[in-house]
Amino acid sequence: MSGQQDRPHPPGDYPVVVVGSGPGGLQAAYFLSRVGVHHAVISADPGPAGMFRRWPFFQRLLSWTKPYACPDVRSREFERWDWNSLIAFEPELRGLQVEFMDGSSDFPSRPEMEMNLAAFAQRAGVAVRYDCRWERTRREETADGDRFVVETNDGEFRCRYLVIAVGVAEPYSPPTPGIELAVHYADTRAAETYAGKRLFIVGKQNSGFELASGLLQWASRISLASPSPAKTSVETRSLVGVRARYVQPFEDAALGGAVDILAASIKGIVRVPDGLRVDLTRSDTGAAFAIEADEVIAATGFTCPLLDLPALGVATFGQSQLPAQTAFWESATVPGVYFAGTISQGAAGLRKHGIPGYSGAVQGHRYNSRILVRHLAESRFGAVPERPAIAPSEVVDHLLGEATHAPELWHQKAYLASVVSADESGGVRDEGILPLTQFVDAGGPDAIAMTIEADGAGNIYPVVYVRRGGAVSEHAMEPDPLMDFTGTFYRRQVMDIVGRLAPALA
Amino acid sequence: MATRDEIADALAGMTLFADLSTPQLLGVAGRFEEAFFPEGQRVLRQGLSGSAFHVILDGEAAVVVDGTQRATLTRGEFFGEVSILLGEQPSADVVATRPLRTIVLPGGAVEAFLVEHPKVMFRMLQAQARRLRNANRWRN
Repeated sequence: MSGQQDRPHPPGDYPVVVVGSGPGGLQAAYFLSRVGVHHAVISADPGPAGMFRRWPFFQRLLSWTKPYACPDVRSREFERWDWNSLIAFEPELRGLQVEFMDGSSDFPSRPEMEMNLAAFAQRAGVAVRYDCRWERTRREETADGDRFVVETNDGEFRCRYLVIAVGVAEPYSPPTPGIELAVHYADTRAAETYAGKRLFIVGKQNSGFELASGLLQWASRISLASPSPAKTSVETRSLVGVRARYVQPFEDAALGGAVDILAASIKGIVRVPDGLRVDLTRSDTGAAFAIEADEVIAATGFTCPLLDLPALGVATFGQSQLPAQTAFWESATVPGVYFAGTISQGAAGLRKHGIPGYSGAVQGHRYNSRILVRHLAESRFGAVPERPAIAPSEVVDHLLGEATHAPELWHQKAYLASVVSADESGGVRDEGILPLTQFVDAGGPDAIAMTIEADGAGNIYPVVYVRRGGAVSEHAMEPDPLMDFTGTFYRRQVMDIVGRLAPALA
Repeated sequence: MATRDEIADALAGMTLFADLSTPQLLGVAGRFEEAFFPEGQRVLRQGLSGSAFHVILDGEAAVVVDGTQRATLTRGEFFGEVSILLGEQPSADVVATRPLRTIVLPGGAVEAFLVEHPKVMFRMLQAQARRLRNANRWRN
């Protein structure tokens, strides 16, 4: 253990302070260092990897990596097949998850994910001041502008811009009478300690079904309940709903195999001689009924541990208390506070057809961090990013190549877009990947955005947005059964759209 | 921020959901998602597909057609259903004119929701009838 004086980022003044050392904090810190914005990174944890130091309980992730889906695991294309590695400019830092998989599943285990993230932090040189717990925040006016003061157990950090990447990690239990008799998902014990128990799980999200799946062989009976019906991701054709990894309890329930999946609201939990009784009301008929159980687990989700930021004016919404954000993940109500990692899902995007971006997972928010840092560096530190010229004759192929291969568009459907714009000198510029909300709402020069979208009915297809004279029009294309959009059929359509509607880019 | 119970309480006071029991209101609160829009943010976008049905929990929004404000919406009022019922893109922008909180149901889930909750469908019909009557009065 190195001495106190050797720890990085001592308390003091920094342009930017990043709070958190999970995938969100590491990714934001990595990009800040690569664009040359001086910053500190602090974390209450003793080491990197955030929630993956502890969760998921049943030791295997919900996110896959397919090592053989693409010949070059260091390429940008491979990111589409790898939901778990952080992203980097240097090829040797990409696709790291592949190194830490033992071949037993395309879903890495929790320790494999932790190793992947720790290796990234170490090899990329992401320095974090660990064991440094954010405790309070205040604003301070100085002659040189306002500062945020981040108070920690380790001293005070002052900064102009704050990047919060602390996850959606605070256990939440609803105010149901008797809820104190339940334990939260976060306090679930080792599986074998549930042997022979009647288990009641409050909540029918992934965490509830993760427990149910893991405890099928241990519990004597498992009942899951919440007011709305449960849907699987196979039914919603998106990551909304219970993931296919946890589908076994559905089959057991359908076959009468000691699992109940109930649409009912919970009136209360009371102690009875034999254990606990959960009083319920059926959502469909309103009829009352009760279930006795030995243990009740509240798999009722997590909230954002934003501490006192709401008191500083950060508006939040929803049961998870996500902060409301701009398209570039800045607090919608307190400028200068940014969000990275899973909290970035508070910038909901267009949610077309009800399908959210995947900012709640590494494969989505890693791109948000790159765009956030590029935007922060440009808007606040004058670091103008490169916008390479594209020959007009290559615009159509460029856009279709992005639709077929760009991992950002596939992981963040209808959320991130690949954008080309017309510049003043009559050329065409590659603007890179930008939030779609920004493209459709913020105005700007004549430009084209390409996205990949899904309609929730099983179709995945490219959509071209054209901005001309400030007005945006939308042009959805047909899906392709093999999801390859580079052929003549698509070239003709995009050429037609560009030629008719965006002559400045043709 | 609001919990499911707080949202159910808020819905209980709205005409649209006036006929639902508490468990049904909790079910609705779990099925819709809460959303927040700062002042000036577009909620519904004229001409863009894949939009959703919103019920206002708090705040205020303007209905804007081709840049002209046509109506103001406040707590308990809803929008987005016309384009969903007709399978068309919205014919208006809806823009938050004060910080706006809504509960949202994706367009594709609206039909099933209304069929399962005929009393809500009836209240929605009443609201539409009122809008139609007022539009006709205005025209005459």
